[in-house]
Amino acid sequence: MRSLKLYCAALLAALSATTAMADEVQVAVAANFTKPAERIAAEFNKDTGHKAAISLGATGKFYAQIRNGAPFEVLLAADDETPQKMGKEGLTVPGSEFTYAIGKLVLWSAKPGVVDGQGEVLKKGAFQRFALANPKLAPYGLAGEEVMKKLGVFDAIQPKLVLGENISQTWQFVATGNAELGFVALSQVAKDGKVAEGSAWIVPQNLYSPIRQDAVLLARGKGKAAAEQFLKYLKSDKAVAIIRSYGYELP
Amino acid sequence: MEPTTFDFAPIWLTLRLATAATLLLLLVGTPLAWWLSRTRSWLKGPVGAAVALPLVLPPTVLGFYLLVLLGPQGPGGQLTQALGLGLLPFTFAGLVLGSTLYSLPFVVQPIQNAFEALGERPLEAAATLRAGPWDRFFSVAVPLARPGFLTAIVLGFAHTVGEFGMVLMIGGNIPGATRVLSVAIYDHVEAMEYAQAHWLAGGMLAFSFLVLLALYGPGKRILGNRP
Repeated sequence: MRSLKLYCAALLAALSATTAMADEVQVAVAANFTKPAERIAAEFNKDTGHKAAISLGATGKFYAQIRNGAPFEVLLAADDETPQKMGKEGLTVPGSEFTYAIGKLVLWSAKPGVVDGQGEVLKKGAFQRFALANPKLAPYGLAGEEVMKKLGVFDAIQPKLVLGENISQTWQFVATGNAELGFVALSQVAKDGKVAEGSAWIVPQNLYSPIRQDAVLLARGKGKAAAEQFLKYLKSDKAVAIIRSYGYELP
Repeated sequence: MEPTTFDFAPIWLTLRLATAATLLLLLVGTPLAWWLSRTRSWLKGPVGAAVALPLVLPPTVLGFYLLVLLGPQGPGGQLTQALGLGLLPFTFAGLVLGSTLYSLPFVVQPIQNAFEALGERPLEAAATLRAGPWDRFFSVAVPLARPGFLTAIVLGFAHTVGEFGMVLMIGGNIPGATRVLSVAIYDHVEAMEYAQAHWLAGGMLAFSFLVLLALYGPGKRILGNRP
């Protein structure tokens, strides 16, 4: 009998430990925004006392999860289409979406001297493997495909493509040298606005449609102070400075 | 869904991969299982534990290490390049190698158990009839361990068909070379193409159930637990 009581007490304790804390916001964050999101969450915690719990992943996956009841309150998407689509399906708080960052595409190699400052390496094609995020799933992949098509090199490069499921995996293919070069997000390779390692070509904006990344308050976050404050904080000067330092632009 | 647009390539590729991996697994796994079942060396523990690692490790761990080790800077990658094989990530051969490591415990353990269940007697009896070690192995041990081998083949094949995390890490999603069934399903789900996802996922579910049914249901009678 005593052990049963003890068991019940332990069960209760375990259950109460798993319920969310009062002022914690659950944020789903697109993979390319990993680093700035973590820094912003730390500052947010310091300045407001609220905690932002960050989950990283592909926007398409978040869409499926949120539709099926995932407990996220804020979404920082990698595009502006998914938040719009979710708005039409009643999954978001209407009018809460805004562009928090505009992504920059970069042609990058982990080795110095592989990528030249004009992107001529694309036309020469002297490489075995070229990493691209799957254009069907990732906005940066779609943008990369657009660039190659505009430069008329897509058909030549296509047989050499290796596709990452998201931009993080694509970066990993290039960073480990398994692909000599590839299109990644500037935020992944930038430090204080400059490319820190290897060689890179920051693709001019006129070669691809802007990668607008929208944030939105999800239906579950409606009326929750921490969620609303997090979105407000994302627009603050401090957050904007962090976002810019990773190579994003803002509207 | 139009049957004409249905992409069968991932299915054939997956079956080819599972067949190649199962053959390689039998070639590698049988001597390993034999050694593990007979040895009294202190190495038995560490080697047995290493073989069992894929049972508990997330496949992404294996995939990540393979990507790093077989990459141009890794020792494995430098070896394959020196041998003129090129780099293995993003190739069919790379997936066969990864799958072999990934499914190793599913092949070694049933065979090892079957060998251990034999005991010394049948082999000693064969030795008194002047059968040499190879003869003893092929004419006595292997036939007696037949149920273990069949379990190993079915599990090794099915487990390779079902792998995902490792393939995702070292595959690169290339149609006809590394886009296997599980990756194709993942892609369809991510791209919100639920109809195609359902066809493939449903087929996979049915296949897996039938395989396990063969093992646990009528197959158990046919294969028999007794030698």
